[in-house]
Amino acid sequence: MTDTLVVSTRRRSWAGWKFVGPFMAIFALVFLAPIGYSIYLSLYKTRLIGGTSFVGLDNYKQAMTDANFWSAFGRVSLFLVVQVPIMLFIALLVALAIDSGRLYGKAFFRVAIFLPYAVPAVVATLMWGFMYGTQFGLVSNINDAFSLSINPLGADLVLASIGNIVTWEFVGYNMLIFYSALRVVPASLYESAEIDGAGALRIITAIKLPAIRGALAIATIFSIIGSFQLFNEPSILRPLAKNTITTDFTPNLYAYSLSFAGQQYNYAATVAIVMGIITMVIAYVVQLRGTKER
Amino acid sequence: MSTTVQSSGRTGATAPPRIKRRKPYRRDQRRSATLTLLTGLVAIYSLIPLIWLLINATKTQEGLLSSFGLWFDDGKFAFFTNLRDTFTYGDGVFVRWLGNTVLYVVVGAGGATLLSTLAGYGLAKFNFVGKRAVFATVIGAVAVPGTALAVPTFLMFSKMGLTNTPWSVIIPSLVSPFGLYLMWTFSTQAIPDEMLEAARMDGAGEFRTFFRISVPLLGPGIVTALLFNLVVTWNNYFLPLIMLKDPDWYPLTIGLNAWNEQAQTAGSEPVFNLVITGSLLTILPLLAAFLLLQRYWQSGLAAGSVKE
Repeated sequence: MTDTLVVSTRRRSWAGWKFVGPFMAIFALVFLAPIGYSIYLSLYKTRLIGGTSFVGLDNYKQAMTDANFWSAFGRVSLFLVVQVPIMLFIALLVALAIDSGRLYGKAFFRVAIFLPYAVPAVVATLMWGFMYGTQFGLVSNINDAFSLSINPLGADLVLASIGNIVTWEFVGYNMLIFYSALRVVPASLYESAEIDGAGALRIITAIKLPAIRGALAIATIFSIIGSFQLFNEPSILRPLAKNTITTDFTPNLYAYSLSFAGQQYNYAATVAIVMGIITMVIAYVVQLRGTKER
Repeated sequence: MSTTVQSSGRTGATAPPRIKRRKPYRRDQRRSATLTLLTGLVAIYSLIPLIWLLINATKTQEGLLSSFGLWFDDGKFAFFTNLRDTFTYGDGVFVRWLGNTVLYVVVGAGGATLLSTLAGYGLAKFNFVGKRAVFATVIGAVAVPGTALAVPTFLMFSKMGLTNTPWSVIIPSLVSPFGLYLMWTFSTQAIPDEMLEAARMDGAGEFRTFFRISVPLLGPGIVTALLFNLVVTWNNYFLPLIMLKDPDWYPLTIGLNAWNEQAQTAGSEPVFNLVITGSLLTILPLLAAFLLLQRYWQSGLAAGSVKE
C-alpha cells in the first residue's frame, strides 16, 4: 500500500504530524492501549481467594481445550462459509447487472438495495424477529396458510435465520463496493474487447472480475471479520429464542457473558485475543491470495 | 480560490477533479426485461422488511397480534396514536434517547470526519518522520476485531471514571480507520501537488492552505466519510450497551431494545407497537440523508475505489 504514495517535493519534516497527530492520539487511546491492556489481562487470573496473580499462558491453555469456545467458533465458521459466499455472490450479480446498462431504472435498484445498510442492526433484527415470530408475524401467516410448522428460531433454523438478517443488511453495501469499482474500469479495456468480438460473459470473466479483484478481496476480508465478530443479531434475538441462542452461541457473545455476567475479565480478554489472532491470520491469507496473480 | 472548484451546476455538487470517469461508452445495449425482473427480486427482498415496518407502525398492540403482517389492520389506523405514545411513553424517554443519539452523532461522527480528513490529507500530502509506522499501525490494528477491544476499553474507561457518561460512547467513535482510508485515497487523487506548492510559494500557512484550497476539493469525499461515520455512530449498539448503565444516557438503539425486552419480563406490559413506531422513527433520518445526498456519496465512493 505504501508504495503508491505520491508525496510532494517537500523535505521530510514533522509538519505532517500537525494533521495526523490528533487522529493518532485518539487512535492510541481506543485501539493501541486496549490491545496492550488486553494482552496484560490475559496473563493474569483473579481468584476468589488469593486475589490477582500472574499465570503466564494458563488462560490460553484453558481456551485451547474450552469446548464452549470451540463450539462457538465452529458455529461462526459454518456461518462464514455459507453466508458470506451467498451474500457476496448476490451482491456481485446485482453490481454486474446495474453496471451492464441493461436494466430499466437502474438508479432505483442501486438505492433500494443499498437502503438496508442504513438500518441499525437493532432495528433490522427486531423487524426480522417480529416477522419470524410464530405467534404473530409473517411466518405464522405462512404457516397458517399452508398448514406448516416452520419455526425460524428453532434449533435447526436459527443460524440460517441470523444469516438471512446479516445478508439483508449487507448485500447492498457490498454491491455498492463492487459497483463503485466497476465504474472506474477504463473504457479502453472495453473498446479492445469489443474489437476482439468478446461476448458479455467473456467481458465479465476476462475484464470486469480481474479489474475489481481488489474490491472483492476487501469485501471478503470485511465479511470474514464481521462473521467472526457476530454479536448484535444473536444477542438481540435472544429474548425470542432463549433455548436455541445460548450465552456461548458465538465467540463474542461468549466473551461478553464471561465478562459482564461472570466477571471473568481475564479469561474474556483471552478469548477475545484468540479470536483476534485467528481473524488476523485468515484476513492476511485472503489478502495475499487476493493481491497476487495479477 | 473559486477557480479550483468545478461545479456541476444543477445540484452544486463538487466533482472530484483528476478522476477519470469512464465515459458512457456503451455498445447499443438493449435493455433486458429478464435481467430487470431478476434484480427486482433482490430489490423486493431489500424493501419488504421496510414496507412491513411502515404498515405495522399503523397498528395497535392488539392489531399487531391479530392482523396479517403485510396488510393494514381493518378499521384501525393507529399511526398517530402510536406516534404520540412513542414520544410520551415513560415520561418522554424516547425524546431523551433521540437527543442522546443526536449528541453522539454530531460530536462522534462529526469529530471522526474531521480527524480522518486531517489525517488522510496529512498522509497523502506530507512526507514526515514516522509515516510508515503510522500506516503499519493503523492497518494492523484494523484487523483486530472491534469487539475484542470492547472489554479492555470498558475496564480502562471504568478506571478513568468515564463509563456511564457520554464520553465513553463519543471517544471511541472519534476514530474511523475507514474514513482515514477514504480520505487518504481521495486526497491523493483530488488535490494536485502543484496547487499546494503554489499556495506555499504565496506564503500561506499549512492549515490555511488546507482549509482554503484542499477542503473544497475534498467535498464529495468528506460527505461520503461523514455519511458512513453517521451510520456507524447512529447505529452503534455494542459500545453503548457495555458502557452505559443509566437509561438517561441510552441512544435510540439501546432504548428500543430495552422496550422490546420489557415484554419478556413478567408483569410488565408489552409495547411492541411503540418498538415498531420507534424503529421507524429511528431509521427515517438516515434513509433521508442517504437519499438526499446520493450525488455526493456515490461519486465519493467511486473515487475512493480507484486505489483498491
